[in-house]
Amino acid sequence: MKAPARLPRWAEFGLLPLVNLGAALLISGAVIRLIGESPWAALRLMVAGAFGAQDSIGYTLFYATDFVFTGLAVAVAFHAGLFNIGGEGQAYVGGLGVGLVCLACGSLSPWVVIPLGIAAGCVFGAAWALVPAWLQARRGSHIVITTIMANFIASALMTYLLVNVLIKPGQQSPETREFGPGAVMPAVDVVLGRIGIRFAPSPFNLASLLALAACLLVWIFIWRTRWGYALRVVGHNPRAAVFAGISPPRTILVAMLISGGLAGCLGVNELMGSQHRILLDFPGGAGFVGIAVALMGRNHPLGILAASLLFGALYQGGSELSFDMPHVNRDMVVLIQGLVILFCGALEGVFRAPLAALLGSRDGAGQP
Amino acid sequence: MDAYRELILLLAATIRVATPLVLASLGGLFSERSGLVDLGLEGKMLAAAFASAAVSAATGSAWLGLGAGVGAATALALVIAFACVTHRGNQVVAAMAVNIIVAGLAPTLALAWFDQGGQTPQLEGPGQRFLGIAWPGALLARRHPFPGLAYAELLSGHNLIVYLAAALVPAGAWVLYRTRFGLRLRAVGENPLAVDTAGISVNALRYQASIISGALCGVAGTYLSTAASAGFVRDMTAGKGYLALAALIFGKWRPYPTLAACLLFAFADAGAARLQGVSMPVIGVIPVQFIIALPYLLTILLLAGFVGEAVAPKAIGVPYSKER
Repeated sequence: MKAPARLPRWAEFGLLPLVNLGAALLISGAVIRLIGESPWAALRLMVAGAFGAQDSIGYTLFYATDFVFTGLAVAVAFHAGLFNIGGEGQAYVGGLGVGLVCLACGSLSPWVVIPLGIAAGCVFGAAWALVPAWLQARRGSHIVITTIMANFIASALMTYLLVNVLIKPGQQSPETREFGPGAVMPAVDVVLGRIGIRFAPSPFNLASLLALAACLLVWIFIWRTRWGYALRVVGHNPRAAVFAGISPPRTILVAMLISGGLAGCLGVNELMGSQHRILLDFPGGAGFVGIAVALMGRNHPLGILAASLLFGALYQGGSELSFDMPHVNRDMVVLIQGLVILFCGALEGVFRAPLAALLGSRDGAGQP
Repeated sequence: MDAYRELILLLAATIRVATPLVLASLGGLFSERSGLVDLGLEGKMLAAAFASAAVSAATGSAWLGLGAGVGAATALALVIAFACVTHRGNQVVAAMAVNIIVAGLAPTLALAWFDQGGQTPQLEGPGQRFLGIAWPGALLARRHPFPGLAYAELLSGHNLIVYLAAALVPAGAWVLYRTRFGLRLRAVGENPLAVDTAGISVNALRYQASIISGALCGVAGTYLSTAASAGFVRDMTAGKGYLALAALIFGKWRPYPTLAACLLFAFADAGAARLQGVSMPVIGVIPVQFIIALPYLLTILLLAGFVGEAVAPKAIGVPYSKER
């Protein structure tokens, strides 16, 4: 393989993602023009919709919290050379764990229920990643295929459980009953209200602190522990890992379990923080947004945090947009998400070489 | 007699459900045998379903719709090929990107052009759809259910695309195993270096395979919106592209076993619709969701090596680079 052109660090982690994002937004703008609306007006409306008021900021941060979890999930697997497309299914099943704890212990103190719920989300999400992980590690079955299949199985399983088992009796829509008072992750506006700061109500809740903690822990794990080192070695070169005494199968299992556990935390934000019940398809594609977030954030927690904010703003701004532009709705955001994956993931080499030429190759000295 | 009638109707439904799977998995067969992971089946099909319904609604011609569907899906296949073959990008990422792009773009355009909440208008005019073709004597044959009903329901009465799909499987198998192009295609999926050494362009072969896959997905998507139903609706493929991929793996990347897998999955699907709430002897009511999940469970079991062994093309997913 020809080595890809090298860029200085600031360009690798700052400029290149921005150039790729710019390309994605440019094409999105062309589509908006094509359907007869003004791209500039759309952009202004989106920014205002995402950051214009306290509650819209709250929604933006709420969505961003979802994407931090799924983005970290994709990134941890990426560092081990694995492409975990199963974030959606792992988040869905993880939410089942969160929800079951909340339904069972909702009357207990939040100090008990919230840690239990987080733990259950991690365990259920990790369990859903375990089968594809084990098959990849021991049998060499391609993890991309098995995690896709696992997504569909998760969807069928959850539909079955919600329609036949967990549904609140005497109700038509497949949802569980509401969680008890102890199983509510406090909203940020409530917490701020208690210390005398007024903030407009929104689903933005304390699960965002968990997301920040997860970013820190993932950073420590990947770059400051022996396990994380092993993970990166396996990701770069599994054969070298064997010679270094690292077991690739075990490392794959660890990476995927952590990845599934992180995805499973989505339920803490969505269910404990906002919906207060389990309902059909609550991840709503957040697992796939995680792919875009991880690619754009270069698999680094800080980058993922920034990319999550961007996508949170896109989601919130996109739903506001549909009020003012009847021809543009959240589908537009799905399009942007796909374009970001295309340019930051598959086509990132297209801009890399010209950028490297532009900046001069001698700047590459900063690279390890 | 009732059981016989039920069985014939079930098999006829199986054929209808299987058609898009057969076409898409045949397309996937070509690109995967050339060494490209084809996760983009879903997106290419969805794009074709939208393009064909939109053009058919606008022009009143299902044939122009078919052309647009094939064109749209092939264009996307070329986008993926450009990213993965020319720029050696990650094939899984490129395909997922295209799937997500189409999931957003198709309803956006539908909303803007037709103003019906993200779908195309109902295709009701003459010539806007591919309708069933009654074979000679089909009506007469119904009077003698055995074997007339089988003739009328299984052989006769399908639309053109169903027959096309049935013909394309042997044609595809012939191309893959009996022509020089097929030999080179299979070789490039196993050992591209050898093909390159023989002076044949690896990239050209992979582009050709991508175009074939795109065209077949185009026909499959057109079938969904202009033959099996009357118009495009949001998320119309609903995972059929991934199901076709599962069938391709379950068929071990070979044409006829893949066809069999498509028929098996379609049979399960058609059966699920009929078994809803029906109590079976011994096992009781089978949850529909179990039957929906069955193809994916079977594929995972196969990949795990519990049901035979699936050996993928050796060079699949690995970008080819001349410089070493």
